[in-house]
Amino acid sequence: MSTPFLSLRDLKVHFSTEDGIVKAVDGLSFDLEKGKTLGIVGESGSGKSVTNMAILGLHDPRNTTMDGEILLEGKELISASESELEKLRGNKMSMIFQDALASLSPYHTIGAQIAETYRKHTGASKKEARARAIEMLRRVGIPQPDVRVDDYPHQFSGGMRQRAMIAMALVCDPELLIADEPTTALDVTVQAQIMDLLKDLQQEFGTAIIFITHDLGVIADIADDVLVMYGGRCVERGTKKQVLSAPEHPYTLGLLNSMPSLDGPVDVPLSPIPGSPPSLLNPPSGCRFHPRCAFAEKVTDGRCSSERPKLEVAEGRGSACHLTVEQKRELFSDYAATRHN
Amino acid sequence: MLRFLIRRTLGAAVILLIISALVFVLFYAAPRDPARLACGKVCTPETLALVKKNLGIDHSLPVQYWDWLKGLFVGRDYASFGHCDAPCLGYSFQNREPVLGTIEDRFPTTISLALGSALVFLVFGVGTGMLAAVKQGKALDKIASSASLIASSMQIYVIGVLATYLLVDQWHLMDRANYTPFTDDPGKWFTGLLVPWLVLSLIFTANYTRMTRSQMVESLSEDYVRTARAKGLSRRKVFFRFAWRGAMGPIITIFGLDLGTLLGGAIITESTFSLQGIGKLSVKAVNTNDLPMLLGVILVAAAAIVVFNIIVDAVYALIDPRVRLA
Repeated sequence: MSTPFLSLRDLKVHFSTEDGIVKAVDGLSFDLEKGKTLGIVGESGSGKSVTNMAILGLHDPRNTTMDGEILLEGKELISASESELEKLRGNKMSMIFQDALASLSPYHTIGAQIAETYRKHTGASKKEARARAIEMLRRVGIPQPDVRVDDYPHQFSGGMRQRAMIAMALVCDPELLIADEPTTALDVTVQAQIMDLLKDLQQEFGTAIIFITHDLGVIADIADDVLVMYGGRCVERGTKKQVLSAPEHPYTLGLLNSMPSLDGPVDVPLSPIPGSPPSLLNPPSGCRFHPRCAFAEKVTDGRCSSERPKLEVAEGRGSACHLTVEQKRELFSDYAATRHN
Repeated sequence: MLRFLIRRTLGAAVILLIISALVFVLFYAAPRDPARLACGKVCTPETLALVKKNLGIDHSLPVQYWDWLKGLFVGRDYASFGHCDAPCLGYSFQNREPVLGTIEDRFPTTISLALGSALVFLVFGVGTGMLAAVKQGKALDKIASSASLIASSMQIYVIGVLATYLLVDQWHLMDRANYTPFTDDPGKWFTGLLVPWLVLSLIFTANYTRMTRSQMVESLSEDYVRTARAKGLSRRKVFFRFAWRGAMGPIITIFGLDLGTLLGGAIITESTFSLQGIGKLSVKAVNTNDLPMLLGVILVAAAAIVVFNIIVDAVYALIDPRVRLA
């Protein structure tokens, strides 16, 4: 078996705070191949962004402990030096952030910010870098790129800023692109444009994409595989089709049930998941979802609150839940009934 | 830029006009008559009228103000002093000296004091603040933070006297504070002002250290700083290319205000170090009912503050492209 392009092995990211240790990511593993898109879904605080900041090595080492392995083409990144990481960031792997206005420097022109990345990693001249910036802006669909290249971020619209951000992330043709909720702050039409842009660029360059979102609709649009995170752990993973149409974890089911469906019956009320995300400072025992799980009492001996369910993965498909397959078939059937008739 | 300058200059003129009018009104609101004081012990109504005429205050308040304003722009004729060229700030009631000449004589002292110490505290304050922000939480940060808290609670008249006693009288390290015009002898100008500069800047440096530190810490946690790191830029580069600009905005704003404080607080500084600047001049003018002198001093000081503020705003726009000069 060849080494996967990106591989996370039992990644743990812990922050030390004044109140104690926050276990933001607590044992996460996945593989990602080139040209594929992995969608990571989960509520705020489920560890999605922390995971991806960890891949780039952007956490402050003064209060962060990282454990496990992050392998990029077989190279371990957790133990890599800062200068090694600096060579990778923005070059082989880059990131798009959610809030493009806050994430672009207000003090520098769009063009300067794109050119800077290019010059840093290729050693190109100012002139070459500027030409490259204009070319990138054209590629992401900015009108009059040779004029707008000298604009400041505040002179761009929201959608254009996000495009510029993508141009900046892609300027060195990265092999791994991490998109951290890149469309959350945008309206739906712009969102669709950005998604199409990402898909086109992926097809053109064979980039591997990690797409973080809490929007299952977006996942359905772009992802090949889906990983559902809850409380710093993976609770379910599989292909997009498997996870979205035949969920195996009550949390995934809850997410799907809390989303309106265009083709389903309109009179079925949405059922949000009760409660709120767990504290990672003092997480619930056993299965972290059990205090909010509708089916926790179906499992005997209170195992949900005492024993951490194992994530059993076979051929990329798996979930971490104590319910048996038969129980799930019976209990989850209501969902299938309301969704697909 | 041109529009900005025109607009701000007009605004400044209006401000100065209002300030001068206020001083006029306030001065005459006090129950003291400068003519009566100048007239002496044996004062007949005839002499009093003559004195008033000589001082140029034999008319009603608005007319007097108008005469003063006219003097400023086209010059003015006095019964006793003759013609006074524009810009004419009048003659002192007290010693009959031209106001403008006296201010020209005194102002360099005050401005040397203010700008010199501003330079020192900007360089040291912002410098140590940045250092403290880089070494966040480490010993250097803690020392700088607590030292600056202590220093910023000090007052000029305490450490000024203390510093003079120790540095000049006891250890003979520096010269006693005095003013030599820069054009006469730059070396003496420097050594004579060194002690007041150090004392003044000690207090301000502390504030700037604390402010720079907190602004830098805040700006280092901005999203665009994270983006810069994600682009592969080194910590050092991120610090000097991105983070400091976010931190400088508020610091420049406060700096503009502090320059005003330095001029306004000149009275205390000049008294502490026995320097003859416009601070002392203004106190004397108040105590001796010297209206033309008082008006002149206040007008010049206010103009300086207004000019500083225009410069500060222009610099602000230079640093942050989101600020439009209009």
